[in-house]
Amino acid sequence: MTKTRAAGRTVGGLRTLSLQAPAVTLLLLWMIVPLAMTVWFSLQRYNLLMPEMTGFAGLENYRYLFTDPALWTAMGNTLLLVGSVLAITVVGGTLLAVLFQQEFPGRGVARVLAISPFFVMPTVSALVWKNMMMHPSNGVLSWLAESFGLPAVDWFSSLPLTSIIIIVSWQWLPFALLILLTAIQSLDDDQVEAARMDGAGPVAIFFFITLPHLKRAISVVIMIEMIFLLTIFAEIFVTTSGGPGLATTNLAFLIYIQALLDFDVGMASAGGVVAVILANIVAIFLVRMVAKNLES
Amino acid sequence: MATLQLDRVTKSFGDTHVIQGVDLEVDDKEFVVFVGPSGCGKSTLLRMIAGLESATSGDILIDGQRMNDIGPADRGLAMVFQSYALYPHMTVEDNMGFSLRLAGVDKPARREKVREAARILQLEPLLDRKPKALSGGQRQRVAIGRAIVRNPGIFLFDEPLSNLDAALRVQMRIELARLHEELDATMIYVTHDQIEAMTMADKIVVLQGGVVEQVGSPMELYHHPCNRFVAGFIGSPKMNFLPVQVVEADADGVGVRLPGGDVTRVPVAGEKLSPGTPLELGIRPEHLVLDEAQGPLSGEIQVLERLGGQTSLYVRMDDAMVTLMADGDIAHCVHDTVRFGFESHRAHLFDAEGLALPSLEKHPLAGLRRQDNRVASDANGA
Repeated sequence: MTKTRAAGRTVGGLRTLSLQAPAVTLLLLWMIVPLAMTVWFSLQRYNLLMPEMTGFAGLENYRYLFTDPALWTAMGNTLLLVGSVLAITVVGGTLLAVLFQQEFPGRGVARVLAISPFFVMPTVSALVWKNMMMHPSNGVLSWLAESFGLPAVDWFSSLPLTSIIIIVSWQWLPFALLILLTAIQSLDDDQVEAARMDGAGPVAIFFFITLPHLKRAISVVIMIEMIFLLTIFAEIFVTTSGGPGLATTNLAFLIYIQALLDFDVGMASAGGVVAVILANIVAIFLVRMVAKNLES
Repeated sequence: MATLQLDRVTKSFGDTHVIQGVDLEVDDKEFVVFVGPSGCGKSTLLRMIAGLESATSGDILIDGQRMNDIGPADRGLAMVFQSYALYPHMTVEDNMGFSLRLAGVDKPARREKVREAARILQLEPLLDRKPKALSGGQRQRVAIGRAIVRNPGIFLFDEPLSNLDAALRVQMRIELARLHEELDATMIYVTHDQIEAMTMADKIVVLQGGVVEQVGSPMELYHHPCNRFVAGFIGSPKMNFLPVQVVEADADGVGVRLPGGDVTRVPVAGEKLSPGTPLELGIRPEHLVLDEAQGPLSGEIQVLERLGGQTSLYVRMDDAMVTLMADGDIAHCVHDTVRFGFESHRAHLFDAEGLALPSLEKHPLAGLRRQDNRVASDANGA
């Protein structure tokens, strides 16, 4: 009996392995090849402007990178950008989800409209914000400010990172809303009614019933948004190009500057490796947190 | 602790009239069961009493006070939901103490009240668990505990046992009856299960299509249903209905011709009925008896269900199907032809509108309430 089972397992193992192999191989190549190349380049002297300088550089690229104040500025900007957008979208998304859950005429249309910014591609939305909303002379925001008698704000030069945060939040708020609205719809009506019978008002119901119910969905929103927000690029490229100075340069944009403006592939690769490590550190904490949440 | 009056209460959703003018009196400490088929408005009526739905017109009075414009939390009620509606992220203790927490009761006092309710329901070992770690019956008890903690004047139950399996349902039924006695509170209970209604109620309210068909004690409804609907709904298996014709009618009863041709006299008031009037005769399966010698009715057995102690016979007569409860030891087979009859005072007569002709004598148990039952058994014990 045991023998047959053991044999069966081997056969089964072989069989499943052969079935898994294509997918596993593809994913492995997909991940390993670029990563290995990045690590390899980061250890090379590899600057397109100086083709004669080649060869193994050891950790020199990393030494330059870590002594470069731009890296720390970019890291700070990345964390600030990710943190602010997360806070705005999660808080705003939760409140909007509660709002759009209420019965009111035209709710279906309002929901679609509220979610639609998510379908606009980042370059386009950044252009719209740059030229039509935040433009210092003919933007809607400056027109609004002027109609109240206030001086127009030159958003991208005086509040560059804030402007980026606003644009990115505008794009990701619908995503948070979409996920949280779906989650809030699965809230049992009986629970809300039981809470009402127990004497809970709207505020108490929100904090004691709705918010705990949304905990899981919120952690999913945080995880997914974090993955995408760490690599924000198009919005910065289109609006501020990382400036003024380094005020809106995040890690992704820093790597771009080094690779494609400075043509220093080695340095850019080192930056890429740092970004990968940073993302992994974040991911480990995050995945743990989410996994724990999903289990409970 | 609390009484309830409904005065011409109605509820409409747009053009749908769910409740069409309900009048009802619930006395203090009474156990009232709303029963009816699904969609009859019984849950809506309960939710209106709870304050979760507003009444379209009419008055809801609790302890004589008009409650229509008072929120659900301030009516002095507690409700147990069919789905239990426990808060999944809170422990049993927090679930039960939630209303006190919202009311600003401090922690030690809260704890004490929760422990007290937990003791009554034997939930003490489970206080630190989350709802998902509980079985269905335990969740149900927590939901009841949450209601007890609020110390309400009236408990409302919305089909609380329908998510439980059959064995647990019987157990919880007994437990609820015990709780009613221990808590001495008014209880209103909604169910579609007439057995739950019969076993627990002091007073049953039979609803159909948003209208109260009859209000009365279980025995009153069983022995003196006021119309065909109540007659068919109360009692299991369902009452049989046979088409009959009036032959003679006087002060002592009505003589009707049965499908087989025999005439039987039913002691009901129907002096003014003229011979030839078509009526319906209702007779419960448990009141039909096999009588091979001179049973006035006969038919062929189509299905035979042996339950051990009893046997259900489904008998095809010329123009009707009849259910018959017989002894467990009868030797009949399917497709046998059987003759059967009944004692005439067991029969009911219904006119063309489905209304029952009133019985001439009241059944001795018809006025009996559950409390009387208890007193009687206490007396026997002593």
